[in-house]
Amino acid sequence: MDSRLRDYLLVTAGLLMVWQGLAVFVADPMLPGPLAVIQAIIHEWRSGALLHHLEVTFRRVAIAFVCAMILGGLLGWFMGRSQRANRLLDPLLVLFLNLPALVVIILLYVWMGLVEAAAVLAVIVNKVPNVAATIREGARSLDPQLEEMAEAYRFTRWQRIRDLWLPQLFPYLMASMRTGLALIWKIVLVVELLGRSDGVGFQLHLAFQLFDVTTILAYSFSFIAIVQLIEWGLLQPLEKRARRWQGEVHHA
Amino acid sequence: MLELDLKEKGYDQRLLGDLNLQIAAGDRLALVGPSGCGKTTLLNIIGGLDRAFKGQRRLADPEPKIAYMFQEPRLLPWRTVEQNLRMVCSSRNQALDLLDEVALLEAACRYPRELSLGMARRVALARALALEPDLLLLDEPLVSLDPSTALRMLRLVETLLKKRPKMALVLVSHNPDDAVRIGAQLLEFDTATGEVLLPNNEKSASAGQLLV
Repeated sequence: MDSRLRDYLLVTAGLLMVWQGLAVFVADPMLPGPLAVIQAIIHEWRSGALLHHLEVTFRRVAIAFVCAMILGGLLGWFMGRSQRANRLLDPLLVLFLNLPALVVIILLYVWMGLVEAAAVLAVIVNKVPNVAATIREGARSLDPQLEEMAEAYRFTRWQRIRDLWLPQLFPYLMASMRTGLALIWKIVLVVELLGRSDGVGFQLHLAFQLFDVTTILAYSFSFIAIVQLIEWGLLQPLEKRARRWQGEVHHA
Repeated sequence: MLELDLKEKGYDQRLLGDLNLQIAAGDRLALVGPSGCGKTTLLNIIGGLDRAFKGQRRLADPEPKIAYMFQEPRLLPWRTVEQNLRMVCSSRNQALDLLDEVALLEAACRYPRELSLGMARRVALARALALEPDLLLLDEPLVSLDPSTALRMLRLVETLLKKRPKMALVLVSHNPDDAVRIGAQLLEFDTATGEVLLPNNEKSASAGQLLV
């Protein structure tokens, strides 16, 4: 077992023990221990409810994530490459960056009704400005020397995208994917709580009305586990593969 | 192949004087002078990278292929040596042949990070040759190399040129000896006036290729 995994398990086990100790000490249904939460997870899993709501929420997260990355990426790219595009769009970007997520959600629900499209669109509108701002930085920091080289060697458009621009934008894409995933699933929960009748956010809403902390924690941890799995199974291998050319990189 | 009729070129100060330059197949020309005298600027104009000048740059028909080797190797750091060549080469075999020519076949799978400056320059040279250029532009190919590596590079350029007698060459260098060694005609720069001087202060080139 490598030392990173050992440390990770050590910290997790420590936190669980502290939590269980506190729960036993307080002895109040408002603070269930990890065992109670695990039991609730198993119970919800068996009934099929957990899987159903996780799936619904995950689908919303996935659609919003893909759309926000594509739209925000393109927007950020044009703003970073063209001064004129930046001049025209920058005030709008600042406005949307500072617009509270809740305002967007409420407005879209009011205008479009409590429908799926409104829910997903609200999440996309919230996320696009963040992606755009990050990718814009990346687009501005492209190496002019390599650009000149590509010009001199008549790189095709496809070669420029694949071999010149994407590798330089990669760290910025990774950063916006990481923060994007974290932000999007949180907003999706709010969207579900306010106006959908399924999904993890909806279940949290029900549990909140009953002050059922155990269920709240059961659903929260289940989804956190999914996000963690995406990080391990998708983002980290992707990053490792793309950073091969830098040799061994040790993160602090 | 290429004719350059330069009126003047300057930013805040006059950088290059009037110059008429004609390059034909097989010409070997060296732009020599101290740093900051405008050698690279002239090379950029010849190569078509710098279009902000008064005058005309005429290319023959069919348009000659021009390959530019920059002073920095400018390889894609996220691509291996072979992949860097494949960006320009038409086939894998051509890439490997060129790597063999610059004696770097065993470095084909390495990333630019793992190369010394001399090796990276040789990859950049191979990449320039991959275009099968009619005109090769070399910007200070020997600068910041230690003497033995520089000598090796110079010999390599000599060999490559011998194999390609029809390819024209314009070399930028601060050292006239290097240029003489590969048999290039010198075009010296005078920093004070921005004028380009010919050897022995002639007013026109013997071969009729240069008219200053």
